[in-house]
Amino acid sequence: MIRDITIGQYYPVDSVIHRLDPRVKLMGTLIYIISLFLFKSFTGYLVALVFLGAVIKLSRVPLGYILRGLKAVIVLLFFTIGFNIFLTPGQVIWQAWVFKITREGLRSGAFMGIRLIFLIVGSSLMTFTTTPNHLTDGLERLLGPFKRLHMPVHEVSMMMSIALRFIPILLEETDKIMKAQSARGADFESGGLIKKAKSLVPLLVPLFVSAFRRANDLAMAMEARCYRGGEGRTKMKPLKYGRRDYIAYGMIALYLGALFLITRYLWK
Amino acid sequence: MGIVDTRKLVFEYIRRDEEGNVEGINRAVDEVDICVEKGEFIAVLGHNGSGKSTLAKHLNAILMPTEGTVWVGGMDTAEEENLWNIRQTAGMVFQNPDNQIIANVVEEDVGFGPENIGVPTEEIWQRVEESLKAVGMYEYRAHSPNRLSGGQKQRVAIAGIMAMKPECIVLDEPTAMLDPNGRKEVIRTIRQLNQQENVTIILITHYMEEVIHADRVIVMDGGRVVMQGTPREVFSQVELLKKYRLDVPQVTLLAYELKKKGLPIRDGILSIPEFVEEIAKL
Ligand SMILES: Nc1ncnc2c1ncn2[C@@H]1O[C@H](COP(=O)(O)OP(=O)(O)OP(=O)(O)O)[C@@H](O)[C@H]1O
Ligand SMILES: [Mg+2]
Repeated sequence: MIRDITIGQYYPVDSVIHRLDPRVKLMGTLIYIISLFLFKSFTGYLVALVFLGAVIKLSRVPLGYILRGLKAVIVLLFFTIGFNIFLTPGQVIWQAWVFKITREGLRSGAFMGIRLIFLIVGSSLMTFTTTPNHLTDGLERLLGPFKRLHMPVHEVSMMMSIALRFIPILLEETDKIMKAQSARGADFESGGLIKKAKSLVPLLVPLFVSAFRRANDLAMAMEARCYRGGEGRTKMKPLKYGRRDYIAYGMIALYLGALFLITRYLWK
Repeated sequence: MGIVDTRKLVFEYIRRDEEGNVEGINRAVDEVDICVEKGEFIAVLGHNGSGKSTLAKHLNAILMPTEGTVWVGGMDTAEEENLWNIRQTAGMVFQNPDNQIIANVVEEDVGFGPENIGVPTEEIWQRVEESLKAVGMYEYRAHSPNRLSGGQKQRVAIAGIMAMKPECIVLDEPTAMLDPNGRKEVIRTIRQLNQQENVTIILITHYMEEVIHADRVIVMDGGRVVMQGTPREVFSQVELLKKYRLDVPQVTLLAYELKKKGLPIRDGILSIPEFVEEIAKL
């Protein structure tokens, strides 16, 4: 059940996008998301679509795989579009009982839907093409300046990468405990919400006990290997910008420029 | 002075109630004196709760002595400023391979130690390559640790320690959670490191078969060192070992029983070939 979630999982193929520095991808995604909210015309969305399509093509992640990720948020999508269509005031074009659809509502509903889809596809594309390690490394470097404000940047990224390492281990353990409890007659499937929640207790208690023991062991192992926080640490795989990354930044700038010109001056 | 020295080492776990009053004292290590020379292969045996792990944690300055002193590479572990040097001199491998691998890729895990002690990037790669080759895991360098067998994970953990260039490795029951094949793999690796790289090994174990290659065996019981000597010396005292609730290897036991029945077999037979040879002489 937990394993079926595909949104935000690394898709291991080799592509130009996969090989980009994680910082480029993080910044690019952020800029792209912000850019989606900067204009209000269909031509703008066309530019955004062309850019996204090009990146998808370059990333070599199958379109079907990307769209499958949208399934997880389809309810959210419908709600947002619905609210926009029915609740925007303006020129009424259809009415039944308390529901009315306005021209403006249709327009903003469509905009919002497209924005959300672009936003989700854009950001999941980043996680499809970047390994978790790279992602945390990139975050640590990008947020580096905040260290001076005594923000625990290194610690947070270390926590994230340890969490990533232990998620599959704990999932496997959950499975094992579940089977062991089922063999003793525990029932995780039937009954109402409360009964189901109750049946989770014999699952969660041993899981927590084991997680704490693991945490304790791991902390000791890290200390034994001279871990003492981010201070004075060197990197085995330091992030370094290459030519490819500068080109990518150039492309992003080009996208922004095109977006600006087209929505401002060409077709308003 | 050897690479590891303890003098009258005592460690007490103190149990306290909610108000912080002392409820009970558990003396886990009791006046232990050991001296390990550089390049030695030491095995530590003992029943559950005999204080082996507690002793081991002193050699890496994870625990500080309640009384007595521990020197590692000539440095007193009680002195704060020696801490990181000591941890670099005496590396530690733990029982559960899953709970000591930090990174999501094998090579990055091996690089974790060198990163912590500030080794330059180029040299980290060099050390990672050397250590992975030394434990025979080089071809797995790009794998996820989750996909490895227990024995392989434990060898990665050993490589992670080797990459810090320690003079001594303390292994606390590294084979306890492994299947027989994994156990053999790990023990072979440890012996190789000892013989080829001249790393001092302190191996804590429950399995008697694993200690027959050691230079010296230390037997603990109730926090004390109760026997010490070469494997042959230790295993010829079958009665004493039984008293300390240790299982003697089966051949040794068989030879012992035969001798007790009157056959002229020498003491402390350790392996099957040796036993066969001895029987053939009759
Ligand atoms: N964290 C702790 N707090 C209190 N007492 C402890 C703690 N750890 C160990 N002990 C006690 O100290 C004694 C020695 O334990 P230790 O773990 O060193 O034994 P061991 O020889 O390693 O045993 P095993 O073979 O089971 O690993 C035992 O009596 C144990 O109950
Ligand atoms: Mg122990």
